[in-house]
Amino acid sequence: MPDLGKYALEVLSAYGISLLLIAGLVVLSLARAARVRRALDEAEARSRAHGR
Amino acid sequence: MSLWEYANPKRFMETSARILPWVAGLAVLTTATGLVWGFFFTPDDFRMGATVKIIFLHVPSATMATGIWFMMLIASLIWLIRRHHVSALAAKAAAPIGVTMTLIALVTGAIWGQPMWGTWWAWDPRLTAFLILFLFYLGYIALWAAVENPDTAADLTSVLCLVGSVFAVISRYAAVFWNQGLHQGASLSLDRKENVADVFWQPLVVSLVGFGLVFVALLLLGTRTEIRARRLKALIARERMA
Repeated sequence: MPDLGKYALEVLSAYGISLLLIAGLVVLSLARAARVRRALDEAEARSRAHGR
Repeated sequence: MSLWEYANPKRFMETSARILPWVAGLAVLTTATGLVWGFFFTPDDFRMGATVKIIFLHVPSATMATGIWFMMLIASLIWLIRRHHVSALAAKAAAPIGVTMTLIALVTGAIWGQPMWGTWWAWDPRLTAFLILFLFYLGYIALWAAVENPDTAADLTSVLCLVGSVFAVISRYAAVFWNQGLHQGASLSLDRKENVADVFWQPLVVSLVGFGLVFVALLLLGTRTEIRARRLKALIARERMA
């Protein structure tokens, strides 16, 4: 860990908040992708079952 | 092979499925390299002390914030002129990434500004233009969510994107247009003399490439999701009519 001196709080909070925001964006994107994919698979299966 | 082939959703899905894992892996590797290099292996600046390490987050996120808006502008123009659905959906998928990058730029800028300028915020031309750009991103996302018909939503958001481009230009070049204000000029430039010192410049470029790849990976994922969501909507509409 580098010696951040009197600016440790500023530097660590900048990194912490930024990485949290990026991680949140990635998690939400993956969750939505999985949810939509699942719903589409179900809808396509229903469509095939009804011969549409 | 023409770029327009990817206006076909099926072709886009096939190609993006192949390249997405590679882009995502490269994005993680490059971003981690840039940030670890910048955080652990760069010295303190003689004026800014350890706060200089914030540059490896602030400059890439700010660059992406305006760059993503320009990408949305191009995609919106393609939609308005050629009516390619994939381009409209790509612009829609880019917006959440853009708003996150803008928020990171604003937050890291405020955290950096406090010890350096003695204030979290100033109504400086570049800062103000960035705040307006952030609000444009929110408005763009809200407009997509508010309009039921996807083609109408794409039309309206494309026009909003054209208007917002003025602020994207201002937020990128405000420090050049106006000399007043606290924010300094560009940290990266084609003119070598204007760049930050090499010891900061090298990890900064790696971090910038990493953020760019993160955007591309999330854009591919998001556009694939939007294409699926659109097909899902069509199937559900067909079920209701049957």
